[in-house]
Amino acid sequence: MIPLHNEPVPASADAVVVGAGVNGLAAAYELARRGMCNIVVVEKNYLGSGSTGRCGGGIRQQWTTEENIRLAKESVDLYENMATELGYQVFFRQGGYLMITEREEDLPALRNATALQNRCGVATEFLTPRDCLEIVPDLNISELKGATFCPTDGTAYPFAVVWGYARACHRHGVKIFIRTTLTGVEITAGRVTGVTTDRGRIATPVLVNCAGPWARSLAGMVGVDLPNRQERHEIMVSESLKPFLDPMVISITNGIYFSQSMRGEIVGGIGDPTEPKWDRPEQFGFHSGLRFAVRFARELTRLYPRAAQVRMMRQWAGAYDVTPDHRPILGGVADPTGYYHICGFSGHGFMLGPMAGRHMARLITTGESDPLITSLSLDRFAAGDLQADAFVVG
Amino acid sequence: MSSSKIFLCRCEDVTVDEFRAAFGEGFTELESLKRYTGVSTGFCQGKGCLCEAARELARLRGIPEQDMKPTTIRPPGEPLTFGQLAALDIPAPETPPGEEP
Repeated sequence: MIPLHNEPVPASADAVVVGAGVNGLAAAYELARRGMCNIVVVEKNYLGSGSTGRCGGGIRQQWTTEENIRLAKESVDLYENMATELGYQVFFRQGGYLMITEREEDLPALRNATALQNRCGVATEFLTPRDCLEIVPDLNISELKGATFCPTDGTAYPFAVVWGYARACHRHGVKIFIRTTLTGVEITAGRVTGVTTDRGRIATPVLVNCAGPWARSLAGMVGVDLPNRQERHEIMVSESLKPFLDPMVISITNGIYFSQSMRGEIVGGIGDPTEPKWDRPEQFGFHSGLRFAVRFARELTRLYPRAAQVRMMRQWAGAYDVTPDHRPILGGVADPTGYYHICGFSGHGFMLGPMAGRHMARLITTGESDPLITSLSLDRFAAGDLQADAFVVG
Repeated sequence: MSSSKIFLCRCEDVTVDEFRAAFGEGFTELESLKRYTGVSTGFCQGKGCLCEAARELARLRGIPEQDMKPTTIRPPGEPLTFGQLAALDIPAPETPPGEEP
């Protein structure tokens, strides 16, 4: 399925995609499905080794901006059919997302978000703390002020999604090179004409930047200045338990989230407001800390006291690729032509990536752009017309 | 004994045959094999199986054992309950290495 490490890259391709996470592989698959031949995916580590494989696997439609809601809704529709389409079990389970708050002042925002989501065709409900017990019976609601619940939100296993796309790519003739690093981009007369890698040169008219936290550095190689910043985020899994928790529980008060995977583990994390924002992932390590473990354990056992007896198995870290308005950056640029980016998902690339790849493949192969994608172009930052999504958690 | 009956990872019930089959499907990296087969993700967190998995992968790839690198070791060294962790003081934020933002 994936060539071993000693093969040279092909001398030419119709498109080179950088990054073999959910975004890169979905984009490559969708380009191939639209009939593009000779697509090469270049991945500097292994499949899903960047942000995708480190994420919590959540897929939600509860956002405060219409673009994020619409893109997420389309992604949920896609995830519902993904196993069939890719011919691969991706462990998608729609247990819903329960978004809780312990602050009275959040309630108007939750009500407004619910109304906006309902207008976009997402069946989110506003709940009282007592209603939450019907969804998570052992939740400690003593400090809860309210919640919203969307039953069609869910989770999937991130690596399975990556492997499913990789296999589908392979069936469509896409060549995936792991352990291969992009070292340069060739631009001639304002057009992308090729890339160099540590395994040789590839002549290509199209370069798709799906490098996640490394997207800003890659864009810098073609002279495109992305406003993205990188943040370290930590996450953990527990031992496996019998099914006991249907939804993803997520708090907009303190940024904790936890769900139960189909393997039975509690998977969860918590945002840390003291984490700095960086320009490049090289400026910080993907190391795990005791600070995270203690902060997560305290909040988990406070909200869900029965978890006190459950053992944490392991923790790890990943990076969010964060934009100023917490919405992704999609599209191409005026100079150089042939360069495209699918980045800046601000911690939500796993849930939005499959649909972003589908829209972007249409743009790259036909030049036609959905208005939704146009509204997510890099130009919006220069125009200064930003509407940040308020529900970035974790 | 048949390799279908030899367990490589006892916590997660992964046999040598299953590990080889995963390699045959294109999972040629220890990091990917860990995530695909579940090897080393159980209660012992790899203490009982990671070396043997690396040795088997070296054989499959035809490279010397000493060229194999282990997967990233994740804390905690021993599983701890959330109750035990919650009882600890919260460590101060660390100053990350590298330049300031």
